[in-house]
Amino acid sequence: MRNYLEFEKSIAEIEAKIEELSALTAQSGAETMGVEISRLKQKAEKQLQDVYAKLDPWQKTQVARHPDRPRFRDYVAGLVSDFVELSGDRQFGEDAAILGGLGKFMGRSAVLIGHEKGRTTQERLKHNFGMALPEGYRKAVRLMDMAEQFKLPVITLVDTAGAYPGIGAEERGQAEAIARSTERCLTLGVPLISVIVGEGGSGGAVALAAGNKVLMLEHAIYSVISPEGAASILWKDSGRAKDAAVAMKITAQDLRDLSVIDDIVTEPTGGAHRDPDAAIAAVGKAVLAQLDSLGNMDASALQAQRADRFYAIGRLGVSSNPAH
Amino acid sequence: MSNWWTNLTRPGLKKKAEEKKPDPKRETPDGLWIKCPTTGELIYQQDLEASNWVTPAGFHMRIGPAQRFKQVFDDGAGTPIALPDVPRDPLRFKDDKRYVDRLKAARAKVERDDCMAASEGRIGGARAVVLVQDFEFMGGSLGMAAGEAFITAAQHAVKAKCALICVAAAGGARMQEGILSLMQMPRTTLAIQELKRAGLPYIVVLTDPTTGGVTASYAMLGDIHIAEPGALIGFAGPRVIEQTIRQKLPDGFQRAEYLLEKGMVDMVVDRRQLKQTLAALLSILLANREDSARDGDGATDAKPAATVQPLVRPARTAAPARPPRAKAAE
Repeated sequence: MRNYLEFEKSIAEIEAKIEELSALTAQSGAETMGVEISRLKQKAEKQLQDVYAKLDPWQKTQVARHPDRPRFRDYVAGLVSDFVELSGDRQFGEDAAILGGLGKFMGRSAVLIGHEKGRTTQERLKHNFGMALPEGYRKAVRLMDMAEQFKLPVITLVDTAGAYPGIGAEERGQAEAIARSTERCLTLGVPLISVIVGEGGSGGAVALAAGNKVLMLEHAIYSVISPEGAASILWKDSGRAKDAAVAMKITAQDLRDLSVIDDIVTEPTGGAHRDPDAAIAAVGKAVLAQLDSLGNMDASALQAQRADRFYAIGRLGVSSNPAH
Repeated sequence: MSNWWTNLTRPGLKKKAEEKKPDPKRETPDGLWIKCPTTGELIYQQDLEASNWVTPAGFHMRIGPAQRFKQVFDDGAGTPIALPDVPRDPLRFKDDKRYVDRLKAARAKVERDDCMAASEGRIGGARAVVLVQDFEFMGGSLGMAAGEAFITAAQHAVKAKCALICVAAAGGARMQEGILSLMQMPRTTLAIQELKRAGLPYIVVLTDPTTGGVTASYAMLGDIHIAEPGALIGFAGPRVIEQTIRQKLPDGFQRAEYLLEKGMVDMVVDRRQLKQTLAALLSILLANREDSARDGDGATDAKPAATVQPLVRPARTAAPARPPRAKAAE
């Protein structure tokens, strides 16, 4: 059973009809419905294209959070061979909201780190819905240290609503853990490619996303605070999340215009969750191309490129408002 | 305490304060008496100023850059560092009000373009750049201006071969600048790397409140973390945590003393001892630098804390100089 989003209602109706007709055809063995079914399929495809071509930021937020969207483990299964997962921060514990390990990413040895939200209820609880504790960020730092030691590129996949706000997290230095993880990204002497694959929520996201290149899936979002959070602060009404999503400019398209991200990875029609394999393959191809583009750079060149990249944000390509 | 009480019992004998008025929010209508937020006690403004805005009960009131510079610099002001202009309102943001209007109102209140102010001067003789974040300006929120100010101050310190001291105060990121605000986390972190590479001290003074993206970037990356008593310091705000975990937070949670206990800050220092603490730290951290930022012999004017060893000039040889303490033990 497919999970439909609210704005996919018309598509859901057509697809329900297709299913109904297909079942009838199968039962009766008649071929008479074939024409109607293919007509409906075309219609559904067209609608899907139209709807997804003009998603507003709030609709994109829902796509980015879609329960069937590919997760870290799906990307690893699709793109990484010989994956060996590594656990623990060696200081306090293991946090399953951020996973990481070693493997061959499309044939190349690399360190992979990413948020994992989980899919089933049980998994979601285990991974704390992708909201990491300090241990998750400290594990990430540990794996980046290892990448540097063994001269392996790092690929991070970002998908989190944000770092977990809880007593234990504060007690063990959530802020410090995030700051150190961001710092480690920036000091790495090996290439770091970051992909915002779903939600890029605030500091908990940027801690893994201070890369040489930052990519974003077509319908992913990346923001300083969740639209709901912004709405409850700005309007004291989290119901105005849609307004906040629009105002904050959180879509891949907006962020490319602001030079915050380097490139957009196109999603299959109807979003990554419609065709996870295609989405995963597209991410693999895009990451590989970016790794190639950094191929000849030594440690100091990589660090300098990262510094230039982030220092430039907001200085260039962002026009000031002439109205004042 | 008794001094305070004595002062309070004879307000009629005090001359009217002639200094420029502090922030009206901190005043009673006549501009002379200020209420202690913890005890409700009325305190004579001049006395409060004289004690760096720490009330008799020990409550540390929020202060702005001018008061902070006055407190820490040997000359009471330092030399202001020009901060760069940044694109204003890059997202053309509007909630109930336009962001540009919010900025205008905030600017009128503090007569500054944004929340940060930076000055260079001497602290106990050691040269330092001090960067102060003003909570009065839109909650001290970290936006492009603040980020750029941090980078400018850090690079200024690198050029001057002196320490950077950042007095942080912020509710977090400036939402009205969206992702460009978030990007100040890696950007300021890069600037700290420049200080580290130059071997220069970066000291953070965490004041009330320091939360969100500010804590999760430059406020937690200092060589030394000093917190003001009672300051709220954390990643998530207490309300967000309470809503998430649906339980009340323990007393003292996320306060400076709690962070000290949890190992996140080096010390909790009463504001009235801040200057001498900074002076002591700088004199030691910079003692063995060949190109010492203690040059100009400002150090001779210093009044270092009693615990500080006399400064030993670094030997002009290739061999690394010994720390003063080791020498004294010989």
